[in-house]
Amino acid sequence: MFYREAGQFKTSYGADQQILPIRQDRIGMVVLLAVAFLGVPMFASEYWFSAILIPFLIFALAALGLNILTGYAGQLSLGSAAFMAVGAYAAYNFQLRIEGIPILVSFLLGGVVAAGVGILFGLPSLRIKGFYLAVATLAAQFFIVWCLTKFPWLSNNSSSGVISAQKIIIFGHEFNSPQDKYLLVLGIVVVLALAAKNLVRGNVGRSWMAVRDMDVAAEVIGFRIMRTKLTAFAVSSFYCGVAGALYAFCYLGSVEPDGFSLELSFKILFMIIIGGVGSILGSFVGAAFILLLPVLLDVLLPALSETLSLPVDGASISHIQTMIFGALIMFFLIVEPHGLARLWQIAKEKLRLWPFPH
Amino acid sequence: MFKQFKSVACAAAVAAVFAAPGAAMADDQFFPIPSYRVGPYGANGEAFYGGFIDYLNYVNMKNGGINGVKITWEECETEYNNAKGVECYERLKSKAKVSAGPIHTMSTGISYALVDKSAQDKLPLAMMGYGRTDAVDGSVFPYAFPLITTYQMQASAIVKFLKDKEKGSLDGKKIVFLYHDSAYGKEPIVALEAESRLNKFNLVQIPVAHPGNEQGAQWLKIRQEKPDYVIFWGWGVMNQTALKAAQKVGYPRDKIVGSWWAGSEEDTVPAGDAAKGYMSATWNVAGKSVPLIADIEKVVYAGGHGNLKDKSKLGTILYNRGVSAAVVSVEAIYKAQEKYGKGKSMTGEQVRWGLENLNVTDARIKTLGATGLLPEVKTSCSNHEGSGKVKIQQWDGAKWVPVSDWIEGNKSLIHPLFEASAKQYAKEKGITPRDCSKEK
Repeated sequence: MFYREAGQFKTSYGADQQILPIRQDRIGMVVLLAVAFLGVPMFASEYWFSAILIPFLIFALAALGLNILTGYAGQLSLGSAAFMAVGAYAAYNFQLRIEGIPILVSFLLGGVVAAGVGILFGLPSLRIKGFYLAVATLAAQFFIVWCLTKFPWLSNNSSSGVISAQKIIIFGHEFNSPQDKYLLVLGIVVVLALAAKNLVRGNVGRSWMAVRDMDVAAEVIGFRIMRTKLTAFAVSSFYCGVAGALYAFCYLGSVEPDGFSLELSFKILFMIIIGGVGSILGSFVGAAFILLLPVLLDVLLPALSETLSLPVDGASISHIQTMIFGALIMFFLIVEPHGLARLWQIAKEKLRLWPFPH
Repeated sequence: MFKQFKSVACAAAVAAVFAAPGAAMADDQFFPIPSYRVGPYGANGEAFYGGFIDYLNYVNMKNGGINGVKITWEECETEYNNAKGVECYERLKSKAKVSAGPIHTMSTGISYALVDKSAQDKLPLAMMGYGRTDAVDGSVFPYAFPLITTYQMQASAIVKFLKDKEKGSLDGKKIVFLYHDSAYGKEPIVALEAESRLNKFNLVQIPVAHPGNEQGAQWLKIRQEKPDYVIFWGWGVMNQTALKAAQKVGYPRDKIVGSWWAGSEEDTVPAGDAAKGYMSATWNVAGKSVPLIADIEKVVYAGGHGNLKDKSKLGTILYNRGVSAAVVSVEAIYKAQEKYGKGKSMTGEQVRWGLENLNVTDARIKTLGATGLLPEVKTSCSNHEGSGKVKIQQWDGAKWVPVSDWIEGNKSLIHPLFEASAKQYAKEKGITPRDCSKEK
């Protein structure tokens, strides 16, 4: 009734090709952005900023990076956390060693360095596919973490390999409060997400999808496999690298190589599997699911057990949480194997017909 | 439509839950406790935080609080995971505005992530035996306290112990440093290198990759090197593996000295026979023979208020360590109350002052019944460590037995290292260090 495109006529190619062709979607997006940029900063507490919203945005960005590689170009990767580490350490070193370099440039350069490393570790993808490629990217995961601990120069000779992010100052304004950091992260994520959306709609994205669906066919119709695969690795690692830099500078403030473990890579992979492989929206939904649900359970369960006065202690609650979380993952994968983003898509299609489905 | 409504309702419920943080009562002393009881190191956390909370309970039950101020606390499960630790900290922070005891994370990674945040929020961060060791220099780190002792001082104390064993000279001896290849394992290297230059012994460094459940190659190398001693910086499953591997290659266990995170029952019992004779550093003894531990068992557990689910952990190394952490924290609040008003709850800022001006004398430790649980602690602005002393203990096959008195590391050698490192940190971060001579 409210959500349908009847009556919206497109009179130009531009109108036909825009990202959100339906007016309601456009309004929704504007409202969402207004809420994110204006509404949230007015109402959210410090806890929400630093413990929920900032990590959510950062991990959504990392998941977006992986989604480009795995979801759009079909190359399975287990090295996302390592590329994040490259981005974080590179941005740190640019800040440290080049006097007066703007922080945003450091973030970008961190992403560029990660992209370079990504291309390097993407080379095996020209020969191997599927699970074998996943194992090859696993090498990146171990090599990079080893490298960061091995060479003290990378962490400015810190005895423990831990780096501590510098202050964020842009145009003389210090981004110190959680609210400032949130707005900074949000701005970067919005720009990069928009770029990603456009990338996957265009020539590059289509070549990725062609390679994903059948690389021999893609080659026959004229896509250069090597360039396509390596651009996917480069763009994906760039996103992960920027996410890593934000992770170090805007979220934790100090990171160690061991923090970027295989576990984190898996977490990012799970985000896109749950959220939706090959979907920009899916990266955000997946990050929200994996990050926020445990926190929600953590808050709800003790309160619940208190109101019902159940005789369970703190440790059991933690165990129960993990169980519920696992069960919910299975539930969603059974109900919708294509991820939560697909659920949203189905809901939209149904809404178009509602309330007269026949 | 219904679907939408449901999600709106859910969101509203979530918002309601988050929006109402139950602030602690104004006249209670609140302790934010980011603890871990699940995850890979859950067993360690269970014992440590069990001891910590039992002591807080004990103070409430026995003395009616700190000068009458009841202690309250809230736990949050971190799973020894940095990101979850930060989330917990942010959650507990909102409740710690009125009053806050020192925060113990029992995780180097989490405490690293909190060093800046806690200074900004004016909440004291305690890192007893882990964490950022250069925080000993309180002029750069006003809110971080590596209380009692640090990795570097511990390494130095172990070298001193070995030196005494060798009748005063380590000249020409060979010592292998076998370590967990992480921030934790690498911290003492600078100290050991400085010691090896000073005492002219030959230092061989052998890293073990996390998690360290395969150490065949490393111990083969040790057999080739034939060192006089092995200093061992292990963690978790790596510890028992090392002891078993040492037995396999026939290296005598009584020549191995571990760090304090490699010296608990959780490490030696699984290694069984292989652990006998193995030594480790510690700042607290094990066992229920300590009067305070016995009293906790009597007062807290008899009333059914004990925190441990598995009561056999009572009196273990880590349990007692948790108690010692709580003792120091409570003493800091006593100290802060002396300055800011007895019988009042203390804010994070006031507790910070208490931690910086701690003076827990032997006499005070004796009154508390905590003899052997911790050395004398006297902190100041320029010394947030306060002691630097450890004991060496030996596993006799069934329990840990102290084999030395308190040993202090070489302060004049080690503390300048901290100052240099803190200075570098201050420069990187653009912090102007406080002038410690003006602090009172």
